[in-house]
Amino acid sequence: METCHQTRNPFSDAESPAVGVTLEHVSKNFGSLMVLKDISLTVEPGEIFVLMGPSGSGKSVLLKHIVGLELPTSGKVTVAGHDASDPATRGKVRMALVFQAGALFNSLSVYDNLALYLREHRIATEAGIREKVMRALQILSLENTARKSPSDLSGGMRKRVAIARALVQEPQLMLYDEPTSELDPVMSATISEIIATLKDEYRVTSFVVSHDRSLALSIANRVGILMGGRLLTVAPPAELRDPQDPVIADFLNPHIDVKNPRFKQLES
Amino acid sequence: MKQLIAILEGIGGTLRLLVRAVAFAPTLPRQLPRFMEQCYQIGYTTLPIVSILSFFIGGVLALQAGYSMESFGAKEFIGSLVGLSMARELGPMMVAILLAGRVGSAIAAELASMKVYQEVDALVTMNIPPERILVLPRLAAVIVMMPVLTIIANLVGWFGGAIVAHSVDFIALEPEKYFETLRRFTKFEDVANGLIKAEVFGFVVVLICCSIGLNTRGGPREIGAAVTKAVVVSLILILVLDYFLTQSLL
Repeated sequence: METCHQTRNPFSDAESPAVGVTLEHVSKNFGSLMVLKDISLTVEPGEIFVLMGPSGSGKSVLLKHIVGLELPTSGKVTVAGHDASDPATRGKVRMALVFQAGALFNSLSVYDNLALYLREHRIATEAGIREKVMRALQILSLENTARKSPSDLSGGMRKRVAIARALVQEPQLMLYDEPTSELDPVMSATISEIIATLKDEYRVTSFVVSHDRSLALSIANRVGILMGGRLLTVAPPAELRDPQDPVIADFLNPHIDVKNPRFKQLES
Repeated sequence: MKQLIAILEGIGGTLRLLVRAVAFAPTLPRQLPRFMEQCYQIGYTTLPIVSILSFFIGGVLALQAGYSMESFGAKEFIGSLVGLSMARELGPMMVAILLAGRVGSAIAAELASMKVYQEVDALVTMNIPPERILVLPRLAAVIVMMPVLTIIANLVGWFGGAIVAHSVDFIALEPEKYFETLRRFTKFEDVANGLIKAEVFGFVVVLICCSIGLNTRGGPREIGAAVTKAVVVSLILILVLDYFLTQSLL
């Protein structure tokens, strides 16, 4: 694992400590439904960790535990040594979460969506805010959308605006929930490049939840496979190109059989 | 038992929301644009319907009072009846009911939608407390706008009563006489009591609607359910609080 001790601010080159994430025996129940089962995991500072798993396996719920949106039924989540369930942690560690559907504020323009964090935390003057916002929009090829309402954008564009909004927060820890879903292959590649650049250039720790096998295997330092609420394995991408475990192999390299008896039943 | 627990949880959650919102009160000067926008929504956009309804409530009161009092020669007291009824009861009550139906439902719908579509979660992850920017400006705005709306409702209701009392043939009461008895029997304390009621009603309606909106879980169907719940709970609370406030202010 590459050692890195500082994250560099993408907008000002200021430095702050890189942060790691630790989950210790985390379980989560919703009523009688056990969504996460005894998850223990450490994400190193400056690492890109990709969590993969089938739909409904608990990936997004786990992500919400890291930012403190969900509290574990048992176990503990820490970010840079601070308890993630404590709201004060969000004041100590700059975290940004890119939601799957964007979660943009529909009552604000794209520009104001990006400027909200900077204004509320009084991080820069209006001129400084404008510079940061326009630069983030430029990185995501969104300069022409600044005055538009999020409701006027396509799903893919909204996702890019959500990533731009996360970028202006100059995070030490970036969390992505399906960052490449709804995106075309070119934009997916751009997002992958952005995640990799944030790590290589700015030492930002990234925790990515994704179904995108190519993204996971191309940019991740380590990949975790979550199935049925259990973390089956954590391994470098190279080890997952040809996994030995048949369950993981079936998930990562699904075999499509058009002669499957189920299709025959449908035809009849 | 489950329903009782849900009610107690709702009360606890609402009080917690209130404490959190009030804790951010020092940030209010920084939120002047949001406060002004809420004043516009709560005050200006509600004003036409408040005026129309108050006018006709005043008119109906005068009509009913004229019909009853005319038979035993006490029609000059219509002014006092309309004045006291509007100031002590109907003015604040009508404004609060309109606030619940018009503004409260909109608040619940907006916040429930923000919650369901994860905008509230996005605020939390950005370390921007939703209570600070979504609840506090609304509470501050309703505190400022409720007395204004209630005074306007009282005035319009009084004038509505005067016009009806003068123009209806079987009453035909001179406006001078109407306003003379209105002035004689409607004291400043009566208007002040009404304003206290209006403040309490408005504050509770906005707080309840914010709380229900921010605690919505699920999908689009739950947004509609949250709006219905917010309006129903607000109306019930207005009537219940009205009884206790009236009793304590008598």
